[in-house]
Amino acid sequence: MLQDYISSGSKATRDGFGEALYEVGAQNENVMALCADLVASLKMQKFIDHFPTRFVQTGIAEANMIGIAAGLATAGKIPYTGTFANFSTGRVYDQIRQSVAYSHKNVKICASHAGLTLGEDGATHQILEDIGMMRMVPGMTVINPCDFNQTKAATKAIAEYYGPVYLRFGRPNWPNIMSDTKFEIGKAVIMNEGTDVTIIATGHLVWNALEAARNLEAKGISVYLINIHTIKPLDEEAILDAVSKTKCVVTCEEHQINGGLGDAVANVLARNFPSPQEYVAVKDSFGESGNPMDLLIKYGLGTADVEAAAVKVLERKG
Amino acid sequence: MADIAELKKIATQVRRDILRQVHGCASGHPGGSLGCADFFTALYFEIMEHDPSFNMKGAGEDVFFLSNGHISPVWYSTLARAGYFPIAELATFRKLNSRVQGHPATHEGLPGIRVASGSLGQGLSVAIGMAIAKKLDGDDKLVFALTGDGELQEGQIWEAVMFAPHNKIDNLIVTVDLNGRQIDGDTKDVLSLGDIEGKWRTFGWEVLNIQDGNDMEEIVKVLHQAKTMSGQGKPIVILMRTEMGYPIDFMVGTHKWHGAAPNDAQLENALGQLEETLGDY
Repeated sequence: MLQDYISSGSKATRDGFGEALYEVGAQNENVMALCADLVASLKMQKFIDHFPTRFVQTGIAEANMIGIAAGLATAGKIPYTGTFANFSTGRVYDQIRQSVAYSHKNVKICASHAGLTLGEDGATHQILEDIGMMRMVPGMTVINPCDFNQTKAATKAIAEYYGPVYLRFGRPNWPNIMSDTKFEIGKAVIMNEGTDVTIIATGHLVWNALEAARNLEAKGISVYLINIHTIKPLDEEAILDAVSKTKCVVTCEEHQINGGLGDAVANVLARNFPSPQEYVAVKDSFGESGNPMDLLIKYGLGTADVEAAAVKVLERKG
Repeated sequence: MADIAELKKIATQVRRDILRQVHGCASGHPGGSLGCADFFTALYFEIMEHDPSFNMKGAGEDVFFLSNGHISPVWYSTLARAGYFPIAELATFRKLNSRVQGHPATHEGLPGIRVASGSLGQGLSVAIGMAIAKKLDGDDKLVFALTGDGELQEGQIWEAVMFAPHNKIDNLIVTVDLNGRQIDGDTKDVLSLGDIEGKWRTFGWEVLNIQDGNDMEEIVKVLHQAKTMSGQGKPIVILMRTEMGYPIDFMVGTHKWHGAAPNDAQLENALGQLEETLGDY
């Protein structure tokens, strides 16, 4: 039910990562952390203070970091690599592909500052292609939690799973709406069961989708709202269950329109239950400098954009 | 004391295996493989303490990573001859449904391989990760790695070369196959490596040299020396000069055989230059 989701205050998803990294480190001595000169940004200091010998500082050398992680994983360690999402993916795609994924190494690629909400640093750092790149890699699990609590839960859950994982989170403080600490990889969270339109959102945009859903419900439009923290493997059953009821869908992501959540959902629907779909995503462009909220609005990812997409897809459904 | 004569016999058979593998699928990389046959033989039959029953984690044993994965035929032959998998499986090299892939891979579960390689420049980083894990686990065994010389043109190599001395990774022995050739020609023409010894030394490595990487006695001597230098705060690199294609008369002195397989007549000619010491597969 929508009214169950109330923000307990704003906290950054990366802080959830940092807290959980320390906690999994305390629970499992095989957990290690690696960083390429972004310890403060990745909130890794608490882990380092408590487990200094299990931390590897690689300097500004992301390719080497991924390779070292693969070697550590070979020996049975559970390495968590940390840097910005941009440098966690495109910069090291080949290292991830060969040394990690093809070699089936238990490496957790933890990526902060993803998307437009990185803000003022601008397009050089605002990666919007990472979900697409990572979900194309065979065997890669792709997770994009929506808030502090969900990021914390995801960071812990991936330690219990054997295999390569891409965990994507962000920089800004963001409404903390998930109270449940349970996290099941590949299992969508159904936030509301409506009948008119399905909205499937991932990452920060779960908040915008939630606000949009509330506004739509106030206008008499019944919304089936899904928080899809795991983009691969995708919870196809949950998606088909929802869209078979509503017969139309809006997907929301802080990512390019190409290759991300929207395409993943479209793939499932095309094969099983073709339905009208609208994308709330960046329309094949780079970002720019600005504050996170202004950027989301300029690039069509705001709450009003989600609402407009829902109205449009309802019209298309007829 | 190493039985040099016995090691030479094994290396000769490994060379026959290399030629027959690449001929069998009309592809693959015989040149660098032949040049490194003596090194691989020394490593697996004399230098490393290792267990052919194969455990991925490699705890309590020396482990080896091949960064320049294209010389897979020499590694496959050595592993098979050392008992990691049936020698007959070499006949499936590069063929469909084989564990013996074009480049080394873990995906099909071939014993002896711990990470995929082939896209160059990555193996040294992986070896460092294993070396760090061994230190953390109180495992005093060593990590060995081989890179090509052309491969040193990759930037990631130098990230790793800078990392290891700073972090005192002294349980790591890297060998560079200095055969001076790469696909497009001689390394000095494609992209010169310059003062290669000076580069490694300046980065903080202990540098050893093998003047003739096709001389079993020298290889064994220098590898033993490298082992005695481990655990003293510095990573160790061995610059090993080899001859691509050695000792096949029509394969040496050129980069032509980097990635080309011999035809039937060439194979016969080449095999005629190598005694069948342990029996072909």
